[in-house]
Amino acid sequence: MAPPPHLSAPARAPTYALVGNPNCGKSTLFNALTGLKQKVGNYPGVTVEKKIGTTYSQHGQPITVIDLPGAYSLAARSPDEAVTRDVLLGRRSDTPPPDRILCIVDATNLERNLYLVHQILDLGRPVILVLNMMDLAAQAGLNVRVARLEKELGLPVIPCEAVTGKGLMELRLTMSRSDLPLARHAWNVPTPIAPAVSELASSLVEHDHKLPLTARAEALLLLTDQDSVRVAGSSPLSPRTTEILQGWQQRWAAEGTDWAGTLVNSRYDAIGELAAEVVQRVGVAGPSTSDRIDAVVTHPVWGWLVLGGVMTLLFVSIFTLAQGPMDWIGDHMAMLADGVKAQMPPGDLRGLITDGAIGGVGSIVTFLPQILILFCFIGLLESTGYMARAAFIMDRLMSRVGLNGKSFIPLLSSYACAIPGIMATRTIEDHKDRLVTILVAPLMSCSARLPVYLLMIAALLPGDLMPLGAKVGLMLLMYALGTLGAFGFAWFFKRTLLKGAPPMMIMELPPYRLPGLRDVALQMLERSWIFLRRAGTVILAISIVLWFLAAYPKAPDGATPTQQLAQSFAGQAGHLIEPVIRPLGFDWQIGIGLISSFAAREVFVSTLGVVFNAETTNDNTAPLRTALLAARWPDGRRLFTPLVCVTLMIFYVFAMQCMSTIAVVKRETNGWKWPLFQTLYMTGTAWILSFIFYQAGTALGF
Amino acid sequence: MAAALIKLSDLPIGSSATVRSFPPQDPAFIRLREMGLLVGTTVTLVRTAPLGDPLEIKLRGYRLTLRKSDAAHVQVEPTP
Repeated sequence: MAPPPHLSAPARAPTYALVGNPNCGKSTLFNALTGLKQKVGNYPGVTVEKKIGTTYSQHGQPITVIDLPGAYSLAARSPDEAVTRDVLLGRRSDTPPPDRILCIVDATNLERNLYLVHQILDLGRPVILVLNMMDLAAQAGLNVRVARLEKELGLPVIPCEAVTGKGLMELRLTMSRSDLPLARHAWNVPTPIAPAVSELASSLVEHDHKLPLTARAEALLLLTDQDSVRVAGSSPLSPRTTEILQGWQQRWAAEGTDWAGTLVNSRYDAIGELAAEVVQRVGVAGPSTSDRIDAVVTHPVWGWLVLGGVMTLLFVSIFTLAQGPMDWIGDHMAMLADGVKAQMPPGDLRGLITDGAIGGVGSIVTFLPQILILFCFIGLLESTGYMARAAFIMDRLMSRVGLNGKSFIPLLSSYACAIPGIMATRTIEDHKDRLVTILVAPLMSCSARLPVYLLMIAALLPGDLMPLGAKVGLMLLMYALGTLGAFGFAWFFKRTLLKGAPPMMIMELPPYRLPGLRDVALQMLERSWIFLRRAGTVILAISIVLWFLAAYPKAPDGATPTQQLAQSFAGQAGHLIEPVIRPLGFDWQIGIGLISSFAAREVFVSTLGVVFNAETTNDNTAPLRTALLAARWPDGRRLFTPLVCVTLMIFYVFAMQCMSTIAVVKRETNGWKWPLFQTLYMTGTAWILSFIFYQAGTALGF
Repeated sequence: MAAALIKLSDLPIGSSATVRSFPPQDPAFIRLREMGLLVGTTVTLVRTAPLGDPLEIKLRGYRLTLRKSDAAHVQVEPTP
């Protein structure tokens, strides 16, 4: 097929789309090409990262590169793949279709990588093929004949090592060429199917207003995917095209033609012939390093030890490495607030700035060290290839509750903080599995609950009568309760609310690679920035609302902070919810603590400090413990009985009390529906279980 | 030709086989084919996960994991 004459050099610099399979080094190449000149955002309507960067030709001309999500095929199975397909087919109004396509393939695994390339050549746009990991291919005893591949496909093929930057110069040179040829895409659609493809293609142009350039590719996709609406984009197919499609499918079904299978087979036949010409096996490779690592990492005994070790390392580093920066941030936020207080006369504006704005920003930023470390770990696990192994090992257990192994890391991260856990669910392709994982992740006891547990355990018995073992046991019990709750609800949601045939779990186990530190660091910073920017605004707004509730209406001059809080809106709200929480053994003062926990759960401790007028610091809660033990109901009964302390802990295990998590869930699910549902079901469960526990305990005489 | 066919999930660890049949026109299996597992493709069962499921198979020079319940629908002819 000769290139149509109108596709000569465009006047402006062309836009490139970078596409490739997952794990082929696409992000590394994108980072190497564009450096820090990247813009990271989101495709509207879906939670898929949109990355656009600028690279420069040898004459210093800027060239725009869109990094499309990794995909195995244009017949999309995940939101990521759907974005790649839709941008390439020009279906997204927010992203114009690229002029040219940069396809990156892993030279060690050419056949499967070429499947996507083969589909992309149908799109009729100029393509540059980047053969990445040439060094690894050579090590594996493969000789890829670049000139031969170039000749067979009729397009520029650039051998490259994205990690070291080898081949980048040649790639830039090719990208700035104005006369990029169209591939000689000598692929014949199999005979029984060819007439259907041309009939569908012309109907798609005529009745569905598809671009003539991509109509053939659209027609081929219609035949490989059963869900025509999904394939055609948001709008349903026109009646005429549907009629043609169904007519052919009925005919093939009667003849016994497996049309989708035939199409896939014929692509692989073409690829197989090509690979036989191009790839020479020069040596017999023994077991690779990857094989030797896997023999240990997925071993029935050692595998568990490695997994346990990696997870222990993760948690130890979060708790040891994050503590210093967290304290530092906390101290400096306090210093900043004090500085403002020294500069400004007392008043509402000062209160708004120090307690509302600085306090709110502080509660966001204090999470950052933990979130950065978790994202760093998740990035390392992904780029080394261990993430897929962890999913492989855990899949059997996760399948018991209807999830798959990919939910394991997000849930585990949630023990530290649900925010990075929820953001890490993006690796789960199936929409329902992802949603269920998001819904149950905050039940895993996060680190912000620890201060609450510690305070309640300390308040359980006067003095230090309680043996250490019982304290630790109680703490572990709370973690177990949260975990059990998470898996129980996952099981329940997968059977009721988000029921559906589980999709096939097909996952590549990529070879182990040394992590690209620059890529991991960039990704870590990008994700944290997204959290700060998107969730931060919501958190700041809620912080100011919470400040307002505690500061108004004003108490008469000379009132203590305790009196001020008691008669504020927050105090009134405490009274207002008292009838609801009284059956749990909580009074309005605890109510204020529950409400203020929305800023972050650990705020409960400092709020009780104000409520009970006890000087507390993070390191020393002894005065508060004494104050709690002295607290009484109006009728003189003790408020914090051991039963109430344990009930409060149970409430904290289940209740959704974290506005940062709500803000992140809203962002990840694109709306308020799921975060609201999550808040209701979690807090409802917390109330019911606390109610049962407290009432049963009271009946038994505790 | 008349060699006995077995399920991919019943293949002994470490042995190879050639794929002989797929459930026809089943959308769930299209992706498996797109990943290069086709009639005629040679696969090796590398190992199972520590708990016995899922399976790790090697094909076309790379590794893929799938659950036993899905692999049970793929008929293979063991390589002697």
